[in-house]
Parts: sequence; C-alpha cells; structure tokens
Amino acid sequence: MSLAIRRQSILPGFGLTLGYTLVYLGVIVLLPLAVLVLRASSLGLAGLWDIATEPRILAALRTSFSLALAAAAINVIFGGIVAWVLARYDFPGRRLLDAAVDLPFALPTAVAGIALAAIYAPNGWIGALIAPLGWKIAYTPLGIVVALVFIGLPFIVRTVQPVILELEQDVEEASATLGAARMQTLVRVILPTLAPALLTGFALAFARGVGEYGSVIFIAGNLPFVSEIAPLLIIVKLEQFDYAGATAIATLMLAASFLILLTINLIQAWSRRRMGHV
Amino acid sequence: MSETLAEWETRPAKIAWAPKTFAITFSKSPVAGEGPVLASILVGVTLVFLLLFLVLPLAVVFYEAFANGFAVYWEALNAPDARSAIWLTLTVAAIAVPLNIVFGLAAAWAIAKFRFAGKSFLITLIDLPFSVSPVVAGLIYVLLFGAQGLFGPWLKAHDIEIIFAVPGIVLATIFVTFPFVARELIALMEDQGTGDEEVALSLGASGVATFFRVTLPNIKWALLYGVLLCNARAMGEFGAVSVVSGHIRGLTNTMPLHVEILYNEYNITAAFAVASLLALLALVTLVAKTLLETRFKDALPGKSRGH
Repeated sequence: MSLAIRRQSILPGFGLTLGYTLVYLGVIVLLPLAVLVLRASSLGLAGLWDIATEPRILAALRTSFSLALAAAAINVIFGGIVAWVLARYDFPGRRLLDAAVDLPFALPTAVAGIALAAIYAPNGWIGALIAPLGWKIAYTPLGIVVALVFIGLPFIVRTVQPVILELEQDVEEASATLGAARMQTLVRVILPTLAPALLTGFALAFARGVGEYGSVIFIAGNLPFVSEIAPLLIIVKLEQFDYAGATAIATLMLAASFLILLTINLIQAWSRRRMGHV
Repeated sequence: MSETLAEWETRPAKIAWAPKTFAITFSKSPVAGEGPVLASILVGVTLVFLLLFLVLPLAVVFYEAFANGFAVYWEALNAPDARSAIWLTLTVAAIAVPLNIVFGLAAAWAIAKFRFAGKSFLITLIDLPFSVSPVVAGLIYVLLFGAQGLFGPWLKAHDIEIIFAVPGIVLATIFVTFPFVARELIALMEDQGTGDEEVALSLGASGVATFFRVTLPNIKWALLYGVLLCNARAMGEFGAVSVVSGHIRGLTNTMPLHVEILYNEYNITAAFAVASLLALLALVTLVAKTLLETRFKDALPGKSRGH
C-alpha cells in the first residue's frame, strides 16, 4: 500500500492483513455509506432542506432529538448515581447488579421493546399503578423516553464507573479536613473531576438514543407529529417507495451522529489536557 | 500486581467482610464519605432505578411467556414459523460471526503489530458502524442492492436476490456487528506488543505457526469476549434486519422479527415465548462475559468497556 508507510518489522503478513482489512471495510461499510451520501448529494442542499422541513419529517426529527436529549440527561443523573454506588458501596447483590447494568447491551432491542410496552401499558405492572392518577406512559412520548433511558443506561455507567474507581480519595479527605461538608465536596471537588466522563457518557447515550428503533417502536404509539421517531419515518418512507425522503432523513441522522462523535473526541482531548488522563 | 494505596481505599470492601444481615458498606475513610442518611438515599435510588429499568423488563418477559402454562409456551416455540425463525437466526449468526472474526483478526494484526500512517483514522472507520442508526444501516443496503438501488437492475437481470432475502439479512447483520471482535483484539494486541512473535520468528517458526501457536493463545480470551458480544448482537439485531428482510414468514423472518409479527398480531404469549429465548441468550452472554471479566481480567484489554 502506498499510503501505508510502515517501519521495518520482521513480522510477516502486513500487506495481506491490511489489504484484507481495507477491502472488507470498503465493501461492508464504506461503499454502502458512500452510496447514501451520493444519493443525498444528488438531491442537492436545497432539495435536502425542502425534505427535512416537511412538517412530518421535522416533527419526527424533533421528537427523536429532543427525547434522546431528555433520556440522556435523566441517565446522567441516575446513571451517575448508579455508577457511584456500584463503585463506592458494597451490599448484598452489588456484583449481580453490576453485571446486570450491561443487560441493555445484551438484550435484543425488540425484546426490550415489548417488555417495556407490557410493563408501562395501561394494564401493565406499572401502567396499572399510575393509571388511576391519570398518568399514561406507554403510547406517549414519555414511553419513548423510558425506552431510551433503558438503552442509554450502560453508556453512562460504564463510562463513569472506571473514573470513579480511579479517584484519589486523599483529595476528598483534604476537602473534608478543610471544612467542606460532604455535599460541598461532592459538588465542588468530585463532580468537576467526573464531568468529562459524564459528558462523554451523555453524548454516547444521546447518539444511541437518536438512532434507536427496536426498543422504541413498541412503546411509542407511533403517532405522526406526536410520537413518531425519525428512524421509523425512514421505514415508512421506504415502504412508500419515497427513496429521496428516506435518504434525506438518514443523511441528516448520519451527519448528526458524526457531529456527536466529533464532540466526544473533543471532550476527551479536553479532558486529557486538563487532567493528564482520560 | 501491586495495588496502590488509592486503589485500595477506593475499591469496595470485600463481600466476606460484610455481616450476614443486610448491610451497606461504604467508605473506610474516617473523614471522607457520605453519612448514613445520604448513603441510604443513594443506594435506595440505585436499587429502585435498576429494579425499574433492568429487573422488571427481564421478569416480564418470562412472566408473560409462561402466563398460559408450559404447554402453550412449548407450542409457541414449536410452531413452524417460530422454528424457521430460530433456524434463520442461527444461520445468519453462523455466517456473520465467523466473517467478522476473520476480519477482526486481520485488522488487529495489521493495526496492532505494525506502525503505519493513518492508523488511528482506520480505527475510527472500523468503529463507524457503532455510530450509525440500525435503520440507516439497513437503508444503505437497500440503496445499494434494492430494486431501485445502484446494483438493482443488474441483480434483477442476473436473477440474484439480496434485499428481501437472506443475503441482505446477513449483510446488514455483518454491518451492525462489524467492530465487536476487531476493537477487542486491537486494544489487547496493542498492549501486548510484538515481542513474543519476534522471539518465535527468530527461533525459526514460520509466520503461520507463530500466529497459531503464539499470538492466538495470547488473545484467546479477548477473542472469545468479542465473539460473545458480536454473537449476541448478531442474533438480536432488529432495526437493520427489519429494513432489508421484507418480513416473509418462514423465509426471511429472524427471531426478533418474528417477535414483532406475533406481538402486532396480539399473539402476546407466543411473542414473549420467542422473546424469552432471546432473553435467555442475553443472560447467558452476560454471565459468560462477567466470568471472563473476573477470571481472565489480565487477558482482556484494560480499557473501560462500552457496548
């Protein structure tokens, strides 16, 4: 490979393995993504804008982005507490709970979707509890938030937990002996240290939430303009053979996820500069 | 491995220290640490939150699956459509996972054992499928191979079916599980360096023998770890597969898609019966993953885990 300037090594197989890697990557990932971008560019920026600002698409994009943002924010608070407790406390069942945090990664999204819908439906375990209060979760935007909190939880916990484990406790002791109340130490000493990890986890959960499909559609109700998410609208457009519409939504979502990816990298670079480590 | 004082202080106390009755152990520092009230609130919030979002969803799957008794459960799994869905899911995973293993090994060898320009960019590209929505992952293959796609007319002329057929499902599955094996192996093999291989080669081992007798034993647990995660996602993928499958019962229906069809037909018990198999797969994956993390911690890459 001409672009690969490699240093002398006695190990064999560089050309073969790198060649295979590039070909496989190209065929499976890059070529298909390039076709999407090509299709989108044939619409032109104005065409893309026209489609994106169609009321139904705009509503779906707004639903996806705002609810993913809300779910990620909920996860920063509760996932942060979960990570703190799992890292700092011990109680019977802690290791079991710690392992269970990865459940949303392992459980197929369709299974999570029907399970959450069954729990929060008006006749479900929790749905029936809150129905007398006049509250409704399933088949409303609130249901989407519930599904996205489920999906996003491990991103926050698994990003923050290792950082908590690495905290030097002398700093907290110093803060305490200098007269800070525990809450002051938590908010003014520990929270700033955890901020980059919390932000990274937030961004990861947000990115996942924007694109999430399987766990959401069963609990969402999928009412256009109310609880219809952007990924579902891509499928609706495809079923109507509206390839331009599907392409436009997909391109916007792809652009958004790249922006988020870039932001995560910037956060980590910032954190490395500030802390000397990630 | 020696522990620094800080690690010792911040890690949770050993279970064995906890009294037999329910007890919360927290900071051993005399001055830093939450008081009993704040501590109880934090632990309580954690327990309620995890109960709501982890325990209940898992419990409801098995509860609903067995709600009408074991006979109904068994019947649901034994239905021809369910059996063909199970078979298709196993087939797709049996194709997609080995392909991603070969790719992961090749990519990790090239990236971790050699220095070359553009390496970190290549790693970013390999991780790319994780940041693409599953539905978009399905869509790109429709745009490529669908009736109106780039290769659509050519495929039609040659009577090759990819979209709404098994090849499309396999392709979409490969895409969404693409980085799992590679990212585990790259991280570990970069830590391990090239010393062992250089010794083997200079003692006269061939390149192939070096790989199978030196490298592979060094990375086997990380490989298994990546394969576990890759397989769980391959068998459970829904969004991407849903776009390319066409939902033809008995032909292009994987288990997650079959769950959706049954659920939308209000065949709730059958939907949860099939879902319970997938939940079982998730549980087995979690147990195996936790075992690997505790027993073979040193044989896995030491970075924080996501996905």
